[in-house]
Amino acid sequence: MNAANRKSWIINLAALAALTAALLIPARLNMFNDYIKGVITWTLVNVIMAVSLNLVCGLLGYLALGHAGFMAVGAYASAMVSLNWKVPLSFPLALLAGGLAAAAAGMVIGIPVLRLKGDYLAIITLGFGEIVRIILNNIPALGGARSLRGIPRITTIPAAYLAVVICVALMFTLGRSRHGRAILSIREDEVAATSSGIPVMYYKMLAFTIAAFFAGIAGGLYAHNAGTLNPNRFNFDRSIEYLVMVVLGGMGSITGAVIAAAVLTALPEMLRWLSDYRMLIYSLALILMMLFRPDGLLGTAEFSIARMLERVRRARTGARSSRADRGNDG
Amino acid sequence: MADTLLEIKDLCVQFGGLSALERVSFAVSPGEIVGLIGPNGAGKTTVFNLITGIYPPTSGSVTLNGRTISGKKTHLIFQSGVARTFQNIRLFKKLSVLDNVRIAAHSQMRYGPLTGALRLPGYWRDESETTARAMDMLGIFDLAGYAEATASSLPYGAQRRLEIARALISRPRLLLLDEPAAGMNPTETRALMSTIREVRDRFGVAILLIEHDMRLVMGICERLVVLDYGQVIAAGAPDEIRRDERVVKAYLGGSAV
Repeated sequence: MNAANRKSWIINLAALAALTAALLIPARLNMFNDYIKGVITWTLVNVIMAVSLNLVCGLLGYLALGHAGFMAVGAYASAMVSLNWKVPLSFPLALLAGGLAAAAAGMVIGIPVLRLKGDYLAIITLGFGEIVRIILNNIPALGGARSLRGIPRITTIPAAYLAVVICVALMFTLGRSRHGRAILSIREDEVAATSSGIPVMYYKMLAFTIAAFFAGIAGGLYAHNAGTLNPNRFNFDRSIEYLVMVVLGGMGSITGAVIAAAVLTALPEMLRWLSDYRMLIYSLALILMMLFRPDGLLGTAEFSIARMLERVRRARTGARSSRADRGNDG
Repeated sequence: MADTLLEIKDLCVQFGGLSALERVSFAVSPGEIVGLIGPNGAGKTTVFNLITGIYPPTSGSVTLNGRTISGKKTHLIFQSGVARTFQNIRLFKKLSVLDNVRIAAHSQMRYGPLTGALRLPGYWRDESETTARAMDMLGIFDLAGYAEATASSLPYGAQRRLEIARALISRPRLLLLDEPAAGMNPTETRALMSTIREVRDRFGVAILLIEHDMRLVMGICERLVVLDYGQVIAAGAPDEIRRDERVVKAYLGGSAV
């Protein structure tokens, strides 16, 4: 670890601490009403969904349209654990079970699906999402279309926040390891990747399974926040919503996905005073965004506080060297 | 033969009803520079794709140091010591020059996903060692100054050199170059010729290259294999090939000379 690297670690840790304090202290002091709490939790859940989908769509470069399906698997699996097992620490266990169930589904789906590319893969993942929804609708033991009720509402903001931090941190460290580079190389050129010694199928499966795992965790958090689960909450529209977040944030940018997920979850809420017009404004915002920033908010770059501070410092000292130092560790 | 590195025996491949290669056989010794030439559509790149396992042969075999590699997966063939470049440059365009090389060092790195995710000491050790190795390799190809640049931003000639650097980071025993001089001017081609010779001398790697530039082929290849319509029509030293009647016919047409 060199000096610049260490400095950016310290800055990032400080920023993380500040964000944590800003979020958790008011939560601790009960300064949020239920509505705000709900929006914050939902935002955190969506951040995990967007960041995990970004691994498949942005980093691996595979257009997957069934991410809500993995969320559903995780949500129901963790809800069933909570409902049937009354043991200490059951909440983390339930989340883990949700994640593992979704990861298992990801693996099973991944084996046939990841041999395909582009439109074919998109359509099969779309089909998978719908199949999950329809199966769940038809299992009476899981509540079916009449919803699964009575799930303990124990998702707290700190718990969801912790999950977000773990997920985002893992995505970052994974992305900057040999495994992350292998995944990126598949996005860039699959033939060159396999000709450079990358076991392509293994890394596709790895990316797909990790993404499904975190979608399952997000599903578990959602289930224990809502208290009831209805299969139709995990429909095709939901998968598209997550895809929109990834595209808007910039395919391949983890920080972009975080920001886009937060904005796109909060925006409709903030526009509530416009009543009927709010979805119109929301759609308009998306269209304008794609017209003027087709690469998304951040493109493939990552937002970096260290780099921003550096830019401010340079601007102040008046040294106008416009060195393009993008895409570095930050 | 003990001193055969690559041996191709009776290699056939059919795409649908089309027979792309018919009983192709030739061998490459360790440290040798061999040229694979022939008119367009003769099946030269197909030979590369069969050696590297992009597609499986219909029949016949490819052996490396006596071990059969045909039928194996491409990344395993790479790991057993065969690296290549592509006719129409295939870099990881949006990634940095350094990452392009580090990706090809993937199979020589040891740390697992968890070690990487948790940034355990194994990660730092392996990464810094690989980065140093990759920087050395970039230095050899005059690319060290571009290390942080995006691969697609490099000038054409530098992209070709980067592809060779990427192929060599794994210390292969056989390097396959698919039209390395395509699109280069005579000065660049001359520089490339000395680079290829240097690569062979420095890394002791055998080189099999496909090329249309006859000055390059005749200048650096120690042996030539000529393909036409999927068959080997001649093989031997450049001087013999230059005088071979069938080769001249294949290149210039039936009634010429």
